[in-house]
Amino acid sequence: MEQLLVDITLILDSTVRLAVPLILASLAGLYSERSGIVDIGLEGKLLAAAFAAAAMSAVTGSAWLGLLAGIGAALMFSGIHGLASINFKGNQTISGVALNFLAAGLTTFLGQSWFKRGGYTPQLSGDQRFNPINLPFAEQLRDVPVIGQIYGELISGHNIITYFAFVAVPATAWVLFRTRFGLRLRAVGENPKAIDTAGISVTRLRYQALIITAVLVGIGGAYLSIAQSAGFNNNMSAGRGYIALAALIFAKWRPGPALLVCLMFGFLDAVQFRIQGQVFPIIGEVPVQAIQALPYILTVVLLAGFIGRAVAPKAAGVPYTKER
Amino acid sequence: MTGLNPANEQRSPGTAASALAIELVGINKHFGPVHANRDIHLAIKRGTVHGIVGENGAGKSTLMSILYGFYTADSGTIMVDGVEHKITDSRHALALGIGMVHQHFMLVDNFTVLENVVLGAEDSALLRPTLNRARDHLKQLARDYGLEIDPDAVVENLSVGQQQRVEILKALYRGAETLILDEPTGVLTPAEADHLFRILGKLRAEGKTIILITHKLREIMAITDEVSVMRQGEMVATLATAQTSPEQLAELMVGRRVLLRVEKGAATPGAVLLEVENLVVTDDFGVPRVKSVNFQVRSGEIVGIAGVAGNGQSELLEAIAGMRDQQSGEVRVKGKALSLEGDDGAARARAAGLAHVPEDRLRMGLVTNFSAWENTILGYQDQYGAGPGLDIAKARASASEYMKKFDVRPANLDLKTSNFSGGNQQKLVLAREMERDPDVLIVGQPTRGVDIGAIEFIHNQIIKMRDAGKAILLVSVELDEIRSLSDRILVIFDGQIVGEADPATADETELGLRMTGSHKDHVVTEPGTLPEHETPIQQTLVQMSPKDNSGRDTN
Repeated sequence: MEQLLVDITLILDSTVRLAVPLILASLAGLYSERSGIVDIGLEGKLLAAAFAAAAMSAVTGSAWLGLLAGIGAALMFSGIHGLASINFKGNQTISGVALNFLAAGLTTFLGQSWFKRGGYTPQLSGDQRFNPINLPFAEQLRDVPVIGQIYGELISGHNIITYFAFVAVPATAWVLFRTRFGLRLRAVGENPKAIDTAGISVTRLRYQALIITAVLVGIGGAYLSIAQSAGFNNNMSAGRGYIALAALIFAKWRPGPALLVCLMFGFLDAVQFRIQGQVFPIIGEVPVQAIQALPYILTVVLLAGFIGRAVAPKAAGVPYTKER
Repeated sequence: MTGLNPANEQRSPGTAASALAIELVGINKHFGPVHANRDIHLAIKRGTVHGIVGENGAGKSTLMSILYGFYTADSGTIMVDGVEHKITDSRHALALGIGMVHQHFMLVDNFTVLENVVLGAEDSALLRPTLNRARDHLKQLARDYGLEIDPDAVVENLSVGQQQRVEILKALYRGAETLILDEPTGVLTPAEADHLFRILGKLRAEGKTIILITHKLREIMAITDEVSVMRQGEMVATLATAQTSPEQLAELMVGRRVLLRVEKGAATPGAVLLEVENLVVTDDFGVPRVKSVNFQVRSGEIVGIAGVAGNGQSELLEAIAGMRDQQSGEVRVKGKALSLEGDDGAARARAAGLAHVPEDRLRMGLVTNFSAWENTILGYQDQYGAGPGLDIAKARASASEYMKKFDVRPANLDLKTSNFSGGNQQKLVLAREMERDPDVLIVGQPTRGVDIGAIEFIHNQIIKMRDAGKAILLVSVELDEIRSLSDRILVIFDGQIVGEADPATADETELGLRMTGSHKDHVVTEPGTLPEHETPIQQTLVQMSPKDNSGRDTN
């Protein structure tokens, strides 16, 4: 009984850790897509931010400067995306895919030429990383049954970015549905003409959305390399940007449901780590690859059949032109 | 960012006495090689309804977009309340009290009415206080102008007429003193148009200035005080409505004399070519829209189906043309029953000698990304070349012949169809369907969004087909068109034929009553009409005509 509780808490604890980058990337995508810009480039931004954060942190020794560098890299990528899809009215999907390629190539290349470790950045430690924060009374409560376990393991002991991610969800909901900016953001993704005729600049609004996107996904990338891990390695985003986009579609572009979906993906990931190498009755040992594929298989199944029609913001993917 | 509402700060109180609300002086605007507005002068008096008429492409919408700040003029000045302003964007125009109701609504479909109204004119960074204030303001506007609407309704669930009211509310909420309406009745049912005109009357009575862009001369005559005519980018004339006539306006618009009444001889009906028996058709959601309809069309006659849009006409047309499965009943062409089930129903209908000009040419009649010649063979492409190959030379030759015959301009085979004007697109569809020499022609909304000059041409072509002994079924929401073209009128209401009339003797009021199902003991109130007026358009239009508005000072 006691052991079961410990097991469950541990799985949930790693669920939270694994969900954080998904939550941040999902929220990032939410701002972008709600403003009418499809952001398939989330994956690339996540990767670029992870690299920039690790590199800066390794050089300066400060995790905070690393975080800033991560945000900066994401901003640069968002800027290119904005230029291509807002100013030059290019195809948003193509521009995003190009950014993904750019990020994959650039991080490996720069990593190799700066650090000469086959694309890895140096191992980070101490203040070069975001370390777990112990919430007050976590130690004192440790011996209280159940509550102590949950508070001490699950709620306390995460790094600052994790807490930020969980605060960012209600904050995003509030911005989206309770503020003037949110109203305009939702409107510009549905019908940019309504915004234009109301005398508000579509271009400016979309850039604002892209900036928020970059900040969030930048933080998410930094989390990967300087909070969750202790350094950057090749392609460390591993498709999380795409999973975050899928989560966004599941959630029908709403922050609350997006959190739940990301937690579910995190949970699958956590379970996947746990059951690797275990022997099951009848089936025997399941190959690692099959288990690793589990979250992705579920994504396909759910996307194909379960959630029903997900109606995207109507103007998503369509560059805005004043027509004659 | 804030303080748009009420947007008075840019209007100085001292100039309020100016008799002119808007004055445009020497406006020029080019789009590439096109000179869309050519030295336009226009003066609009305060508290009047000022009509602007002109054919499609005459520059009306461009001119109004300049006034509304959507485009900037190449040269010329804009005076608002006697003071010159450089209107650089829509926000500026709004701040000067100029509001616009666009032809295609600028609404966010999944927002509530309230959210749409405040969008861009929020007076605080948080939504709640703004929305609460707007709710009260909206209630007051609704009371003052008869613009009742549920502020919490989601826009996509509203009827077109109600959506238009939201657009008007948007403008009024922003403190608009001058309201520009671009083709406001194009999308409305007669009952909704009726309601709109009553609202405009109230707005005028409250001292608002209204600019009405339209190509429907009947509306101009009914509601405007003054009317300006544009042609090919130029302002040709500004006249007092009371001193002009539809004939004069049409002549000014087109630049030549136009016959507004169709001239046709008596019909000589022959054998029955099209028979519809107990036809039942459902819509996409399985709701019956055509409920056991019976009628016949003989050779050499035009049978018109009159009705308010949405009473089953579209489904009826689509079922006969083989585009929609029929639930039960029979359609016979030349005595032979058409089997129209399945996806190739339309092809079989065509093979049986039935041609169809669909109601919505852009959705069903044309592929707008195709060039003109490609569209002239759509549906008949198998007649060009054997096997999988297409005899392009032959197709182009016949296309070129049709375009000449139907006077499609420009006569360019390779021009993308979307670049033709509405009238010329419609001529392409008509040419394609009429030139295959069908026995039965069914036509939906033949002149929707078509210029006056082209309307005359299209009407004459339809009469010509009749005189050649074809059976023609005509569906139109324009009662005038039905009356002037048809030899017999069938009135459709709620999916049933509720009456037949002779166009020569039919009384318009009675037709209107039948169309709204309110004839005699069969009373149904149409949502959207105010209770004191369940009468047809005509009556109210007459009531609102400035000529009868003797108590009101038109200056």
